[in-house]
Amino acid sequence: MTTMTYRQALHDTLRAEMLRDENVFLLGEEIGVFEGSYKITAGLLAEFGEKRVRDTPIAEEGFTGAAIGAAMLGLRPVVEIMTINFSLLALDQIVNHAAKIYGMFGGQAKVPLVIRTPGGGGQQLGATHSQNIELYYAFVPGLKVVAPSTPADAKALLMAAIRDDDPVLFLENLALYNTKGDVPDDDTPAEIGKAAVTRPGRDLTLIGYSRMAHIAAQVADQLAASDGLDIEVIDLRSLRPLDRPTIIESVMKTHAAVVVEDDWLTYGIGAEVAATISDGAFDYLDAPVRRVAMAEVPLPYSKPLETAALPSVDDVINAVHQTLDAVGRRHQKVGHD
Amino acid sequence: MTNQMNASRKASGPKLDATPAKPTVKAAAKKSTRVRAVKRTPAEVTRLTEFYRQMLLIRRFEERAARSYTQALIGGYCHLNLGEEAAVVGLLSALAPTDYLFTNYREHGYAINRGIDPNRVMAELYGRIDGVSKGWGGSMHMFDLTHRLLGGYGIVGGQIPLATGAALAIDYRGGSDVVMCTMGDGTTNVGAFHESLNIAALWNLPIVYVIINNRLGMGTTVEKSSAEPELFRRGAAYRIESARVDGLDPLAVAEASAQAVAVARSGKPYLLEVVSERLRGHSVVDPAKYRSETEVAQLREHDPVVTFGAQLVRDGVIDANGMAAIEHEVTARVDEAAAFAEASPTPDVATLFDYNYATPVANDSRRLPGQPLFEPAPRPDLGEDQ
Ligand SMILES: Cc1ncc(C[n+]2csc(CCOP(=O)(O)OP(=O)(O)O)c2C)c(N)n1
Ligand SMILES: [Mg+2]
Repeated sequence: MTTMTYRQALHDTLRAEMLRDENVFLLGEEIGVFEGSYKITAGLLAEFGEKRVRDTPIAEEGFTGAAIGAAMLGLRPVVEIMTINFSLLALDQIVNHAAKIYGMFGGQAKVPLVIRTPGGGGQQLGATHSQNIELYYAFVPGLKVVAPSTPADAKALLMAAIRDDDPVLFLENLALYNTKGDVPDDDTPAEIGKAAVTRPGRDLTLIGYSRMAHIAAQVADQLAASDGLDIEVIDLRSLRPLDRPTIIESVMKTHAAVVVEDDWLTYGIGAEVAATISDGAFDYLDAPVRRVAMAEVPLPYSKPLETAALPSVDDVINAVHQTLDAVGRRHQKVGHD
Repeated sequence: MTNQMNASRKASGPKLDATPAKPTVKAAAKKSTRVRAVKRTPAEVTRLTEFYRQMLLIRRFEERAARSYTQALIGGYCHLNLGEEAAVVGLLSALAPTDYLFTNYREHGYAINRGIDPNRVMAELYGRIDGVSKGWGGSMHMFDLTHRLLGGYGIVGGQIPLATGAALAIDYRGGSDVVMCTMGDGTTNVGAFHESLNIAALWNLPIVYVIINNRLGMGTTVEKSSAEPELFRRGAAYRIESARVDGLDPLAVAEASAQAVAVARSGKPYLLEVVSERLRGHSVVDPAKYRSETEVAQLREHDPVVTFGAQLVRDGVIDANGMAAIEHEVTARVDEAAAFAEASPTPDVATLFDYNYATPVANDSRRLPGQPLFEPAPRPDLGEDQ
């Protein structure tokens, strides 16, 4: 076990995978000489050379598509798209090509591609640079979408993504790059498609992913201290496939759920999770599933406005309280402990 | 391409007599290669005859596809290579079997000419299990790894970045294969075209980009859609060597294609514009009302299959009996393909989820529309077991 940042875990894993398999190569804007906008690829150009660490022109559609084509011939490209906002320029190649090629040609061509890209928000980057639009990709069969929240998962999921024969959108988060955690030294890839119960509990299920998994964990800690609540936290980790059984199993036990998401509420990831719960655990629910999500505005620059629009720990605490209050469970709980 | 050809085709379309951009256009592509009455070696006779046979096969195949479409044996969109036979046959004649081809949705002719069994191409049109893409692709999405046809693509321009990436993979591994990527004239206006040419030039990728300029998008002319209608000139913006060739002359196309492929094999991209014709509508269902009777009549006069066949007869390469024999053989081949396609089963619905992912993944959804997400949960309140 080594303690390191999420950034370091990504960097080390990229490096290890490049050493392991010479078909693995990196391409993206400013990843070589500039060492990446967020320095994930620092030092890799010097170590591996221009063939395997390629600075591309600012042409998301062109270089993402080229990576897909190279993957069709058996290479294992890892594309860095500077932030997920810019992936919109590559949407056609990702959705109409990467996601379709395996099925549309009757299973004749695999696309072992990884697209690494950070989402974010809360960095005062304004409306075009603060979106969490992983949902666009999670909607599409043929893609896999993973979203690690810890350095350990960053390593294990990136290994899994690179070794997977399908196109994987690998969602990072600007606010997580400097977070630290323990990372196992062994090389065991994670299983894509599996959520993790990161904190077991009995009173309510709190569901999030990426940065929101941290908010969920924080809320659980806080409510344990303040209200004596025993909250179960699920980190989705994989948005497609979505691990529905883990969600249902948890809600059958806790009888209540709140989803925390860093995207817009309407049609968002939380809507899918809530619908899943209503479908699979309706009779077990004591209260409607609540979603805590971004305000439905293009995210403003000005700090107070930005803060107001983003889900906070307090917002989640309120939602948990309201959910439990509605069925009188919080009061019982407080009385018991 | 010949000046004579420029003059004769001016009437039916936009002016094409570009004085070639000096540094970019190769003499080879300009030179006339029209067949002349000269003594030919047996090898030449075989080659010319084979060119004609291939062109006629595409012609008859496409006519048959149109018929099957009207009989509702083929669904979806169906774009034909009618009028582009010389372009297809000439272009692919320069490729080695190990080279890669990416095309757009107008690709039946390319698939057949690449050597894929016409039975399997027709079966794909019919949506049957024996189709090249097992019935998953249809007319626009033919794929066959063995023949290195890496896909027809229905999204205009979608194939261009992919083909560029395939060339990158070849270069990465130090191989000597090349990629050919075809597209229409209208397609040169998508961003992916420009992004890809820039990347290919920067990275010296072994790829030939081919523009089949049939002078129409669906119904929009080149002049109305391309600010530089002499499309081969667009290579200059990326310092990519380029040329324009008469796409009705299979031998001229073959020569230009060989030149382009040689450049690509030396590790540089190339842009080849093939000026061609579309004899019918954009797709089978398009009556092409935006074209006048005279224009269509003129098109027919330039029909590349008829013209080339007549030329070969005139030059004594094939005699009347030989022509009849080819016609007979090709028609029988297409009949066989249609019969094969009709007899081939449709894919089993149980295979619907077989191609979701290449690497099996936990919690992959395999639910049909009417099925619930979950089996009904037990109701403890009704005394059911949990
Ligand atoms: C991105 C995209 N936009 C529009 C279309 C619809 N469409 C199909 S073919 C076509 C015209 C293309 O013209 P051209 O590139 O000249 O090729 P041609 O059909 O003449 O071979 C259009 C607009 C599409 N398939 N994809
Ligand atoms: Mg056209």
